[in-house]
Amino acid sequence: MAYGEKVLDHYENPRNVGSFENANNVGTGMVGAPACGDVMKLQIKVNDNGVIEDAVFKTYGCGSAIASSSLLTEWVKGKTLAEARQIKNTQIAEELALPPVKIHCSVLAEDAINAAIADYQKKQTI
Amino acid sequence: MSEQTANKSAASNSAAAKAKQKPIYLDYSATTPIDERVVTEMLKYMGPDSHFGNPASRSHSFGWDAEAAVEEARKQVADLVGANPKEIVFTSGATESDNLAIKGVAHFNQKRGKHIVTCKTEHKAVLDSCRQLEREGYEVTYLDPMPNGLIDLKVFEDALRDDTTLVSIMHVNNEIGVIQDIAAIGRICRDRKIIFHVDAAQSAGKVDINLDVLPVDLMSFSAHKIYGPKGIGALYVQRKPRVRLEAQMHGGGHERGMRSGTLATHQIVGMGEAFRIAKQEMTAENERLLKLRNKLYDGVKDIEEVYVNGDMEHRIAGNLNISFNYVEGESLLMALNNLAISSGSACTSASLEPSYVLRALGRNDELAHSSIRFTIGRYTTEEEIDRAIENIRVAVEKLRNLSPLWDMYKEGIDLNSIEWAAH
Repeated sequence: MAYGEKVLDHYENPRNVGSFENANNVGTGMVGAPACGDVMKLQIKVNDNGVIEDAVFKTYGCGSAIASSSLLTEWVKGKTLAEARQIKNTQIAEELALPPVKIHCSVLAEDAINAAIADYQKKQTI
Repeated sequence: MSEQTANKSAASNSAAAKAKQKPIYLDYSATTPIDERVVTEMLKYMGPDSHFGNPASRSHSFGWDAEAAVEEARKQVADLVGANPKEIVFTSGATESDNLAIKGVAHFNQKRGKHIVTCKTEHKAVLDSCRQLEREGYEVTYLDPMPNGLIDLKVFEDALRDDTTLVSIMHVNNEIGVIQDIAAIGRICRDRKIIFHVDAAQSAGKVDINLDVLPVDLMSFSAHKIYGPKGIGALYVQRKPRVRLEAQMHGGGHERGMRSGTLATHQIVGMGEAFRIAKQEMTAENERLLKLRNKLYDGVKDIEEVYVNGDMEHRIAGNLNISFNYVEGESLLMALNNLAISSGSACTSASLEPSYVLRALGRNDELAHSSIRFTIGRYTTEEEIDRAIENIRVAVEKLRNLSPLWDMYKEGIDLNSIEWAAH
């Protein structure tokens, strides 16, 4: 399969690879399943103003899944939680020019940010 | 051209040049280049000054020369596998041979019975021919192989019924390279007077085949897997005792009525030459390929969580199929873009299902998704294997650093203990 330039760029030079120590201001979202061939782990660090000041990811999956999560970490940084929740899979798919068979990678990325936000918010209510 | 566009096109030229840098070809089970010696022979049957005639033309030397060339090639094909030239029917390739054998025999013998036995790891040409017969009212048993890819003879024998007319089992598997015991399977079929078809597309020229003694009734061959041209193959149809089948292609009655259509002289000559070379060089070539394959395996086997798929003993020399656990196959292919290889990962296909062959071995989905097939051939060099090993080691490390599953494995978390949301 031939890849678009942006997918290749994110794949060759993934942004924000890594993990955060578990803490009260960290939200973790892990979505997908090994049996399906992709698992995304996205973590966000949220400051007192409710702004995502840092984000990291690790992804097991195809090039498009890696690129989708790498792009997502770039996009969410500096956004409020409400803004980050507005990110839609279609925007990711469009930005990376994903072919139809790879749309599920962008869906997974959208699921990942929502899961990370939910995890963060759950920690705040405890 | 303005300077700006000139610069732009120079830049895109250099990008194109980089992209065109030839990858190392390690996909010889997909296809092979045509051997130069084969090309030379084929060219003698193409141009206006060549023996371009129709082998079926009986009234002039153009036809006679072409016919002589076809018959010589038929003999060369037969010689590699210990058959009589009269038992070789030329087709367009192994897929057509499989179709002709399976549907042809099933149709011809439908009054005797409508049950067929095959294996889940067969090539799609066999499986889909069987599926078609199921739509026509036949019953098919698809055997599970053992975890090493080989068929358990006891399980096989238990699957046979009084109305079984045909068994189709491949000689060498295209994905994992394991060699089935077709002599033993054939003997069981003979005892019960069941017709036995073998897809030998991946074994001819790689494993000794002597149909003079092997209890096999039909065998499919392909030219392009052993340095011949694409678009030509053959079906061995045993004469004593005679195996009868219903033609799938009707027309001029070529190939004793079993496969009509003008014989593709240049393709057939190419196949003959490729088979002649294989007979001559197979032993030495296998020795060389085995060394290279072992070198490749030795170069990667100490990486953590590496699994070989398929039996290592009963396996052709040129095949290595490995799963790099916690690394997804398609992303590994991307990281190894200077290697021409293939993966059992679902993401390399449109179906989103991982390799059905590895699944049939009982491999879990993760390992099936993580599998890579390396197949080595006539033009592979030791230097290429060295480069491949280096690239694989770098790529696997890079992707494991990216993999959340690898982190979990390292932390001692059992991935099966987690409730994953399947999607």
